[in-house]
Amino acid sequence: MTEIKVGLGTCGISAGGYGVYDELKAVKENKNLEFDLKETGCMGMCYREVLVEVNDEKGSWLYANVDKKGVQKIVEDHIIGGNPVDEMLVKAGKNENEDPFFEDQERIVLRNCGVIDPNSIDEYITNDGYKAIRKVIKDLSPEDVIKVVMDSGLRGRGGGGFPTGLKWKFTSGAEGDSKYVICNADEGDPGAFMDRSVLEGDPHSVIEGMMIAAYAIGAENAYIYVRAEYPKAIERLRTAMGQAEANGFIGKNIFGTDINFSIKIKEGAGAFVCGEETALIASIEGKRGVPRVRPPFPAVKGLWGKPTNINNVETFANIPWIILNGAEAYASMGTEKSKGTKVFALAGKIEKSGLAEVPMGMTINDIVFKIGGGIKDGGKFKAVQMGGPSGGCIPASMGDLKIDYDEITKTGAIMGSGGMIVLDETTCMVDLAKFFLTFTQNESCGKCTFCRVGTKRMLEILERITAGKGEEKDLDLLEELSYKIKDSSLCGLGQTAPNPVLTTLKYYREEYEAHIRDKKCPAHNCPALIEYKVIPEKCTGCTLCARNCPVDAIEGSVKEIHKIDPEKCIKCSLCYQACKFDAIEKI
Amino acid sequence: MKEVIVKEFEMGIKEFKLDLLRDGGNAGSLIPLLQSAQDSYGYVPEKAINYISEFAGVPAAEIYGVVTFYSQFRLKPLGKYIVKICEGTACHVNGAKSIVNMLLNELGIGVGETTDDGMFSVLSVACLGCCSLAPVMMINDETYGSLTPDKVRKVLKEYRKK
Repeated sequence: MTEIKVGLGTCGISAGGYGVYDELKAVKENKNLEFDLKETGCMGMCYREVLVEVNDEKGSWLYANVDKKGVQKIVEDHIIGGNPVDEMLVKAGKNENEDPFFEDQERIVLRNCGVIDPNSIDEYITNDGYKAIRKVIKDLSPEDVIKVVMDSGLRGRGGGGFPTGLKWKFTSGAEGDSKYVICNADEGDPGAFMDRSVLEGDPHSVIEGMMIAAYAIGAENAYIYVRAEYPKAIERLRTAMGQAEANGFIGKNIFGTDINFSIKIKEGAGAFVCGEETALIASIEGKRGVPRVRPPFPAVKGLWGKPTNINNVETFANIPWIILNGAEAYASMGTEKSKGTKVFALAGKIEKSGLAEVPMGMTINDIVFKIGGGIKDGGKFKAVQMGGPSGGCIPASMGDLKIDYDEITKTGAIMGSGGMIVLDETTCMVDLAKFFLTFTQNESCGKCTFCRVGTKRMLEILERITAGKGEEKDLDLLEELSYKIKDSSLCGLGQTAPNPVLTTLKYYREEYEAHIRDKKCPAHNCPALIEYKVIPEKCTGCTLCARNCPVDAIEGSVKEIHKIDPEKCIKCSLCYQACKFDAIEKI
Repeated sequence: MKEVIVKEFEMGIKEFKLDLLRDGGNAGSLIPLLQSAQDSYGYVPEKAINYISEFAGVPAAEIYGVVTFYSQFRLKPLGKYIVKICEGTACHVNGAKSIVNMLLNELGIGVGETTDDGMFSVLSVACLGCCSLAPVMMINDETYGSLTPDKVRKVLKEYRKK
């Protein structure tokens, strides 16, 4: 029977996915049509949401930018008439308009995302689900499992890049009457949504990965720590856990053995620092999420003082695939020291923002141009920001750099969890550094003095520079503070907080200098350093700008050339955005 | 269980997730309890802190420390419509600043404040997770993407009519 799937990840829902789903349901009932209507997770093409996939006897057809009108057309022409609607298709059997977005991707973590119904354990099982854990329990000893994971070369996908197998080995070797497995789903980097999409699109794969880890290290109890800001992910996880329990995969004596496995969800309460493992543990214990000194590492002394293994969502989602396909298959992809694939959340000034999984070793240029379709609105590629507030900017001139933990660390940025924000010429690098520092300053837990006070001082300097009040000595001071904060902070937050400043200083020092010496913002972004002006030749006197100005700073009547009073102007840019004739410029 | 309900009544508390209280001695249930309090009241009232303190056996001052540490918890009630304006990286580079300016200007309040008529509260959030629609805002559970100042004005107008 024909099957119709609607992409209902958070991105699809935000774009109106449920409206499309309900419309399809209504049409199906009204017209008495025969097709299976299903939900699915994020298909990755967030820039073309809402996405609807039709699978019939002729093949698979993916429709993009579907709205209620689109639904009518798909139903009339394709479902009833048997003729696919060419102009709305982005992926189909034979189609010249086919979007090459998926062409260079390699989908392991996202193997089921946007393919199966995340609310159906049966669909997961049909797609080799829970086969890996069966194999592990039946054929492999815990030591064998750890060896497979070590041989695969898998490294922690949360950003640290620590070898996963080694982490398991430490926890397995630690002494303790009980042990814990924790899944870190506290995806806090602004602009990163990989883990959310995996949890929303394929929750069972994460649960199965956690079960395998629990078996390998000898744990019976597990926690998933999820951001409370991800309600859909939590809802689907709960459904998945209920189904796994009903099928006897979670609970006492799973798969008829003497092995027990329980799993609980802990909702985070909005603190970025809880992505750090010791802070996360404190938060599960009901305390303020403040990191502590390591060692002892959680592998020795973690949750409730017991040996604890913490991995990220993406890491766990890789595990079942590695068990079923073998360590060699996984290690055959990637570079010498970074194996397998990595999921990236592409966003910012990019044509096709969405979720892409690529083999390690692909170049930044290939990701931005081949998969991401280049820069939005024909802009010029300036840099990519990787690793969020802990990461840094890699300039376009280094676009041939390969995606590899160690290569990226050499630039001063970090691989991070997979957020990749693409920047164009309109992004001011000083402002961007200020943006990230505002974030980390706000999120610093306050325990270490350098992180608490040092980031505050750095932020003040950056505010001064962007306000046109910077001094020559500020840049040295910024650098000095950066290194001191890095050296004197306990956890990853403080140790990496200066990275956005250090990388922009390294690659874009001249932009800082322009702000300080010339009192100019080369990207025309910092309000204190720009002025809005009407271009007389282009102004038609439509009065739109004057009507949009909140402070009455624009003079002029109908059909007259308007004028902005620089004294009154608060540089809110509302006139600039309102003008339909590009008659307002920033200088 | 009856005891718990009588106690709730005495302290002016309603609708708590009682199952969480069964392992009252377990400090790990503190954050879920606070989340449940906020779900019931829209914020964490002082009486809820005292109530939780008694059951979980954690001093009220420590609970206050936890409440103020996490950005999710609020000690004051919010407006009818909660506008969450995204200032994540993708929204930032796509011009979120002018959207924020527009929004605050239109409502006449600052971030974290509530309008005098109790209609709107504005919160700034780090990421709503739908970066392809940047700049984005959420009003209660509804998401609005690809915002322009004009669109913000129209959306607010709709809510004012409701």
